Amino acid sequence: MINLLKRGKGSAGARRVPGLVASFLHVDAAVDAIRALRAKGYRNMVVYSPAPNHEIEEALDHGVSPVRLFTLIGGLTGCTAGFAMTIWMSYDWPLVVGGKPIASIPPYVVIGFELTILMGALSTVAAVALFSVLMGKRGAAYDPRFSDDTIGVFVPTTPEQIAPIEQLLRSAGAEEVRRESA
Amino acid sequence: MAVIAGPHDVTQGHVITQTHADVTRDVVATLGPPSRGYLLLLAGAVSLFLIGILTFLVLIKDGLGHAGYQPPIFWSVYITTFVFWVGIGHAGTLISAILFLFRSPWRTAVYRSTEAMTVFAVMTAGLFPIIHIGRQWIFYWLLPYPNQRYLWPNFKSPLIWDVFAISTYLTVSTTFLVFGLIPDVAAVRDKVSGWRKMIYSWSSVGWQGTDNQWRHYSRAYLYLAALATPLVLSVHSVVSWDFAVSIVPGWHGTIFAPYFVAGAIYSGIGMVLTLIIPLRRALRVEHMINAYHFDNLAKLTLLTGSILFYAYAMEYFVAWYSGNIFEQTTFYRRAFGPMWWAGWTMIICNAFVSQLLWFRKVRTNLTALFVISIFINIGMWFERYVIIVSSLSNDYLPWAWGQLNPTWADWGILAGSFGWFGMWFLLFAKTFPIVAIQEIKEMIPMPRKRGGHG
Repeated sequence: MINLLKRGKGSAGARRVPGLVASFLHVDAAVDAIRALRAKGYRNMVVYSPAPNHEIEEALDHGVSPVRLFTLIGGLTGCTAGFAMTIWMSYDWPLVVGGKPIASIPPYVVIGFELTILMGALSTVAAVALFSVLMGKRGAAYDPRFSDDTIGVFVPTTPEQIAPIEQLLRSAGAEEVRRESA
Repeated sequence: MAVIAGPHDVTQGHVITQTHADVTRDVVATLGPPSRGYLLLLAGAVSLFLIGILTFLVLIKDGLGHAGYQPPIFWSVYITTFVFWVGIGHAGTLISAILFLFRSPWRTAVYRSTEAMTVFAVMTAGLFPIIHIGRQWIFYWLLPYPNQRYLWPNFKSPLIWDVFAISTYLTVSTTFLVFGLIPDVAAVRDKVSGWRKMIYSWSSVGWQGTDNQWRHYSRAYLYLAALATPLVLSVHSVVSWDFAVSIVPGWHGTIFAPYFVAGAIYSGIGMVLTLIIPLRRALRVEHMINAYHFDNLAKLTLLTGSILFYAYAMEYFVAWYSGNIFEQTTFYRRAFGPMWWAGWTMIICNAFVSQLLWFRKVRTNLTALFVISIFINIGMWFERYVIIVSSLSNDYLPWAWGQLNPTWADWGILAGSFGWFGMWFLLFAKTFPIVAIQEIKEMIPMPRKRGGHG
């Protein structure tokens, strides 16, 4: 565990898969490599970048993240919970306050609204944790430079694929191509 | 300090000349061993905090009698300071969330420090209602939980709305701050060594910057900003309704929610300026937070200061136009009664001093901005003091009028709150990247092999 932490690999659960890892200093070179790999039918590569980048996103063409569904569900749950709680609690011990109805909706809007935001935000973060940490592809191919100024592309390969893919990555403009064994 | 010039001429727009590697290097450098000045500031903050703790211990032992409460004024310095600190937080969320949705390029360099300010200011504010209620050990009576008396809170009361608004605000802004920090902590993790690497590795929760992580992260960040935007507008509106929903003259105004939100943002930017003008120098990030950012912050101050100017004028106008003698008396006494000095402090520091920012020379002069920011802090504390105390001191029956004389217990807790806030902010600035590494990198075009940059 400590060894993994020291190497900055992130989680102890990272699977090691054999493959090639290429590093790029130029964004258009990395995008060329991604497009070429996808044209040849490779889909399960991992691209590391120090910041989100629209060109890389477009080349990978992943579609919209499902996180938004969790935001919606969380928000609606919070809203329902806020109104249900205030209305139920008002009737559980009915007291007339200020001559208003036992359950008066306008003041409860504040509680309903705050809980919408609260649950929406928390479920959004929970969804990111679920999708990108627990279920996400991460691997031993990570290099500390990928959080600094270098883009990394990791392609899982079988032994016979190594030579053609290495050739493809180098011709796209990779600074360095490294073999990762299992 | 004086006038700052250089490649970032405000008239020319903003040009970032750094590369990705420069950004990581410069920001990681801010986390180096602390200077003597930093340690002195930290010692000062901790001492103020200890004064607050001692005062609070006396209050727990003896009760609230030490504070200056006397009829008819039972909301005074603690509630004033509560509203003050909640307000401070609002500028941070405005810059981090609202300006993110507007795609303002200048927010990236300052947003981390302002968001940290938000979290610590709301943490400070949250203590005040608890101090104020007197029997602090039963503060949880405010929460709806099943109890042996079968009682639930009164959800029609603005004070319960406050409990929900402030706790949601604290949770969501903390989430937003921590969420934004994750990729930056990972960048720091890859630059340091030894026990620091272990701690940063642990707190980067496995972040590697993969395409999959960025895909979910960027979307989630957008939704968090979209949720925080209505939240920040709601929180100070709810705080203002603590007053506006009652029928006390001087509080019972429909203008209160927008008036308080504008004031909150104004006071918050004042605090941002007070904090980052010295901080950028101490952490040597002058090239990252420069005249361009201060010019924009100052424009935002000018805008909110002018809204406040309008709100002050409108309060007096409405009091006169209402024809209501109680309202008129309250406002007459604000300007010419026994608390005239507080009333004029508020008007001069907020409405008039902010108007100096019409001049670009003032907006880009850091010494002037720092002095103005101190005026804003003082003025905005007095605004809440005037609204709360002067309105309570003269309500409907003249024989029940009274004055407030704040005591050592009021000042001790006030000083302690500045210490508590300053302590957290200083510790944060030395532990985590105070300039958002990843967001600045996102703005810098990456080098290309075919023409263009690099």
